[in-house]
Amino acid sequence: MSALVLVFAIPLAGALVLALIGHRPQARNVNVIFSLGTLLAAALLTAQIIASGPLFALERQFFIDPLNVFLVTLTAFVGFTTSVFSRPYMRIEEDHGRMTPGRMRLYFSMYQLFSFTMLLALTTNNMGILWVAMEAATLTTVMLVSIYRTPASLEAAWKYFILCGVGIAQALFGTILLYMAAQRVIGEGANALLWTNLDAAKSQLDPAIMALAFVFLFIGYGTKVGLVPLHNWLPDAHAEGPTPISAVLSGLLLNVALYAVIRCKVLTDGALGNHFASQLMIGFGLLSVVAAAFFLSRQKDVKRMFSYSSIEHMGLMTFAFGIGGPIANFAGLLHMTVHSLVKSAIFFAVGHAAQKAGTQLMENIRGLIKVSPTVGWGLMLGTLAILGMPPFGIFASEFLILTSAMRQVPWATPLLLLGLGIAFAAIFSRVQPMVFGQTSAKPLAHSPALLPVFTHLGLGLMLGFYIPPYLDAWYRQAARIIGG
Amino acid sequence: MTTLISQLINLFAAVILMLSFAMLAQRRILSLIHLFALQGLAVVGATTVVAYVTDQHHLYYSAALTLALKVFLIPWLLHRLIDRLNVRWDIETLINIPSTMLIGIVLVVFAFNLALPISQLSAAITRGTLGIALASVLLSFMMMIIRSKAVPQVIGFLAMENGLFFAATSATHGMPMVVELGIALDVLVGVFILGVFMFQIREQFDSLDIRHLENLKED
Amino acid sequence: MSLSSIFSQFLAIVAALLLAPLLMGWVNQWRAWFGNRSGAGLLQPYRMLHKLFHKESVVAESASPLFRFAPYVIFGCMLLASAIVPTLSTDLPLAPAADAIALVGLFALARIFISLAAMDIGTAFGTLGARREMLIGFLAEPALLTVLFTASLIGQSTSLSTIVETLAHKQFAIHPSLAFAGIAFTFVSFAENARVPVDNPATHLELTMIHEALILEYSGRHLALIEWAAALKLFAYSCIGLALFFPWGIAEAQAPLAMLFALPALVFKLATGGFLLALIETLSAKMRIFRVPEFLATAFLLAVIGMLTHILLGA
Repeated sequence: MSALVLVFAIPLAGALVLALIGHRPQARNVNVIFSLGTLLAAALLTAQIIASGPLFALERQFFIDPLNVFLVTLTAFVGFTTSVFSRPYMRIEEDHGRMTPGRMRLYFSMYQLFSFTMLLALTTNNMGILWVAMEAATLTTVMLVSIYRTPASLEAAWKYFILCGVGIAQALFGTILLYMAAQRVIGEGANALLWTNLDAAKSQLDPAIMALAFVFLFIGYGTKVGLVPLHNWLPDAHAEGPTPISAVLSGLLLNVALYAVIRCKVLTDGALGNHFASQLMIGFGLLSVVAAAFFLSRQKDVKRMFSYSSIEHMGLMTFAFGIGGPIANFAGLLHMTVHSLVKSAIFFAVGHAAQKAGTQLMENIRGLIKVSPTVGWGLMLGTLAILGMPPFGIFASEFLILTSAMRQVPWATPLLLLGLGIAFAAIFSRVQPMVFGQTSAKPLAHSPALLPVFTHLGLGLMLGFYIPPYLDAWYRQAARIIGG
Repeated sequence: MTTLISQLINLFAAVILMLSFAMLAQRRILSLIHLFALQGLAVVGATTVVAYVTDQHHLYYSAALTLALKVFLIPWLLHRLIDRLNVRWDIETLINIPSTMLIGIVLVVFAFNLALPISQLSAAITRGTLGIALASVLLSFMMMIIRSKAVPQVIGFLAMENGLFFAATSATHGMPMVVELGIALDVLVGVFILGVFMFQIREQFDSLDIRHLENLKED
Repeated sequence: MSLSSIFSQFLAIVAALLLAPLLMGWVNQWRAWFGNRSGAGLLQPYRMLHKLFHKESVVAESASPLFRFAPYVIFGCMLLASAIVPTLSTDLPLAPAADAIALVGLFALARIFISLAAMDIGTAFGTLGARREMLIGFLAEPALLTVLFTASLIGQSTSLSTIVETLAHKQFAIHPSLAFAGIAFTFVSFAENARVPVDNPATHLELTMIHEALILEYSGRHLALIEWAAALKLFAYSCIGLALFFPWGIAEAQAPLAMLFALPALVFKLATGGFLLALIETLSAKMRIFRVPEFLATAFLLAVIGMLTHILLGA
């Protein structure tokens, strides 16, 4: 239990400390140290889980089960690598004059606070606190997206705030309805909103209320997942914010939002006993895959293109959880993990490339392989991985999703293949000249520190061959929790 | 006695709905803030009555919290904000007001129908007000869509929160206290962030017209 | 039909005829006081009516019989309307002649005649006034009808007497729908009686006037009848408002003696209402004519919301 408290106490303390000293030059090291502390606490927590199974903390208000344990670890891990990446990256931004010491302080403290809100959302057992944490995550990232104070970043942040604010308000209405349904079965008080209690009583929850509640919760959290047609904020926020933030938005926040949707789906399925929630998720997932692929093929800005790719992959995961069953759920969870790792790696590589070229427009970024072989290869391998090339983990998960789609919703398979095909053609044809094209730019004097990129890609590659037994067991148990 | 009290709650519900419409039709930012504060007061009134009837002490606390936050603190902040930004002038709407109102009526009917099967299950004392709560949420939502200036959009956002709070009161006699506190904190922080934001927007664009924020397009 | 009911009907008509100009004078007096003027006194409308009745009536050469005929129709309509609105008692023998819907019809009939008469002479102002009057009427009537429907739904009848009886003498209940309807009705009354946010009864400013433009060609006893009818209209509207939203004090059918109390109650309520009317008129600015449709659309909307709340909230 102490490890669980540490997991979110460390980033909270980090936010406070960095709010005080964030403007000093050594703050970036402090940021890394706090992120490392969070990662170690998460590792400790994981070790505890492996040793003794699911646990509760603080009077059952917090809990760890197979569905969130790997997400906590993943969040802490990507949070750590991103802090390592942002150390040199943000220093260069400061040298370019885009960041001031005051903004650096805001950046670091908000970064830690953002980690805190995500970990809180993942570990809380209370559906109300889950909502509060999601809203707080929106607020912190709004500050991060607008940190350059350029017209475009302000526009992106405003759009992000208003759209996600409206979306998350719908989720609050859904939570209220959920509490209303729970009250009739479990009784009044904060314990009526505990997910474990709801899960135990889910078959008695009123179906009429739960159906409506799920619609609102799905719209609300779905906005944050970036599902089409509620995706408008996502490319802007990714393209206009600092690159480390794009990496954590895509790699982590979208996962957390999808996690919230899954928790709600489990309850709704239990109460309704039909496939209402699944069909909703299949429909919007499929729409997101296809629409994002079409939007993606029209982008000129590299970060916008990869953010549309995130929408596509989130759609794919939503679709997988919509199908349900042990295989599709397993594939969805695997896809969540690998997509986080690979997409954040891509954003790291893109960040360096765009910083060097001084632009995010793809037509002005050329010949990365000559400028810096590590950045070039990092981007190329990351792209291949995200496009589902074997032997990367995404190939395995997409393969599993497609086969279960063929078995259970055969009509959707051609649409999925169409979306994946368009995305493949569009992304590959644009990244290829960026990496191998002709350039007159001079090579970088020193090779950038791309350890995070290759660590992520290495893990993504490993998950294609070999899933560690604990992870495999968690995936299987979580798939059983999610059910059909 | 109970019928009279449930009628009193209905009266508050009706006032909340009416104020939602009034905000939708209001052209001046200053009056908009006053209407928002009044709506907060109506929500406080309804909550207090429900708290009295159901004898739930935590509802008194959330009523007091709402009073402090939505009736005094946030309107005061908004007043200061528009003073500092000097934006008391008329608001432009993207759709003319009578059409807005007609769409509003449709929304109300829609919300009532959506909430009808559920309000049957709601506690007897607040039956039917869930539909009104949902309607005022949707109306505030629409207000955010049709207003082109930043401050009215924010007020729409806050009014939506009012509707949600009222929904919580009428459907479930209030959310658990810890959740209420979290929500209140989020709202307050949100208002602060938006306030800071507006200064930044005006610094960049010399205007608070959201239509300046339309350069990021799909291309 | 008992003797007492005939008596109460008679009393209602006399009260309407006598109190209507007084109400007009009261409102004008308060307007003057609010404007820091000394005012013409409460009895000024009576003096004016007296003067006009003794003056020769001049009629334009191009006037058709309709022009001479219209003031009597208008006056008759307004008198009948005042007679069927429960002012002192709900025991009115004339009430079955016209329910709430027919009441709106009576107002519409008067409107049509005054507009036709205004266009009859063929002057520009008359036509302009008629157009504006019809515009306002066409927007105000649906709102007024919806208000009355809301009240009818509560009283389970379209007869005004029954509605008022339900509201005044059944068990006390709060009706949120009536709050909406009340505000909508106030809006409609301002528009229909040519009061300030919509029209200014005190000026002959050609670009903005509505009511005055209609009656520009009338003089003498015709004008007196029309002015009296206007006062009766204000009285009737005030009484509808009071009867629906503040029904306390109106005598029941079986209690003729209660009328002794009903008369002072009515006078008190009218005095308060007139004071508030003058106050609102002083405080608000006249709106542009293009804004009037929006004003009335809001009234209609409020009335519809009121009806919706009643149907859906059951209150």
